[in-house]
Amino acid sequence: MPKKTKIAFLMRKAPHGTIYAYEGLEALLIFCSYEQSIVLVLMDDGVYALKKGQDTSELGTKEFSTTFRVLKDYGVERIIVDKTSLKERSLTKEDLLIDVEVLEAAEIMALMKEQDVILPF
Amino acid sequence: MKFGILVQEGPYNHQASDSAYNFIQAALEKGHEITGVFFYNDGVINTTKLMDIPADDRHISKRWSDLGAKGIQLIVCVAAAKRRGINPDVLIENARIDGLGQLSELCIESDRLITFGD
Repeated sequence: MPKKTKIAFLMRKAPHGTIYAYEGLEALLIFCSYEQSIVLVLMDDGVYALKKGQDTSELGTKEFSTTFRVLKDYGVERIIVDKTSLKERSLTKEDLLIDVEVLEAAEIMALMKEQDVILPF
Repeated sequence: MKFGILVQEGPYNHQASDSAYNFIQAALEKGHEITGVFFYNDGVINTTKLMDIPADDRHISKRWSDLGAKGIQLIVCVAAAKRRGINPDVLIENARIDGLGQLSELCIESDRLITFGD
């Protein structure tokens, strides 16, 4: 069996205001069907993508935060959130829609070094 | 080395497309292989042949098409393209519209995937 490619999706932008998080998530879902080793890392404003209670009705845009719930079932190996990014936004794990690993920047850096590909959104 | 290229920003508004193009030229000159160029997000707008550019400026979509003519595969994400009005009628020659799975393939088969974005 060929070696799996290690791919990290890195989400750093707020979920609304630009399309990056949404299209990043779309790409992530497709990648899951290719049976590679996939992790999702959320940093900076990217952490807001997982915040509970999002309501985009007044923006008139699609509310997609609940889609993050299926990622583990789709085969995403790890979902990681940067500790400092959470803290800077006065968020805790309890504010998030799904269970995640909260890691220090140094741990995330070490994880990044192991990856074959990093896709930034 | 085998390089896969991901372009995430549209033409003219952002340098990403120019940087990607220049990177590819430099890589080819050094004898590297380009496994393919994948256009995602606003990057898909690089591939419309409807661009009409003043003669004293570079013609970005033509430049990509010429690169495609040299045998480098240019892949435009179908989902991102549909959102932005890019379809086979307006697509430059030597590019094709295809799925995100093709980006996954580039990630797997390339030694490095280089992203050009914001």
